[in-house]
Amino acid sequence: MSNTQSMCTSFMGEILTATHNFGVAPIRAATTADTFKAALYLASATINAATTVYSSTGEVTGTNYTAGGVTVTNGTAPTATNSSATAGVAYWTPSASFVYTTVTLTTAFDTVLLYNSTQSNKAVSVHTFGSQTITAGTFTLTMPSNTTTTALLRLSTT
Amino acid sequence: MIVTTTKGEMDDSLLEHRSGEVDDDNEFTTWTEYWLDGELVHRSAHVTLKKMPTFAGAETASF
Repeated sequence: MSNTQSMCTSFMGEILTATHNFGVAPIRAATTADTFKAALYLASATINAATTVYSSTGEVTGTNYTAGGVTVTNGTAPTATNSSATAGVAYWTPSASFVYTTVTLTTAFDTVLLYNSTQSNKAVSVHTFGSQTITAGTFTLTMPSNTTTTALLRLSTT
Repeated sequence: MIVTTTKGEMDDSLLEHRSGEVDDDNEFTTWTEYWLDGELVHRSAHVTLKKMPTFAGAETASF
């Protein structure tokens, strides 16, 4: 046997469940999963890695679309999987598609922001796609498979 | 088939149907439109993302 310097894969998984806190905040009020939401943004908006929190600035507006977007279905806890003595992946994917039903969104949009509505609407990730408009119809964002290589959110070591 | 439109529920036999898809490295998207007398009265889209945000690998320090 020998020892190998590495980031523990379990730690990456525990980051996704807020098990560790190297700072002084936040104080978690519950042991249940947070509520995450998905908001759509206009193609003219500026949503990127520098986005820290959900904002209605640049968000789509239209019939049957509620500011803040839809609540994300979170039926599967994060998973952490080792691929070697030095590498692993922690990953998570919503357990259902994001569905905006019977909406009319006439201004082109191309982005969805995933954010944590339980923790002061803090931003999680930004996903872009080709510009869309919707007229009295449904916009669906189908989630990728929840695997080490395709999950929506992945933290990895190599 | 009944379609929800800007004019209310309509039978699709009364409407012109258009559809298409985009399949590239980033996404697979399908869209469906219904038109009435040159006016767009319904458009739906279904996006499946392929490329997720890239996270830099985590490392530990060497002593």
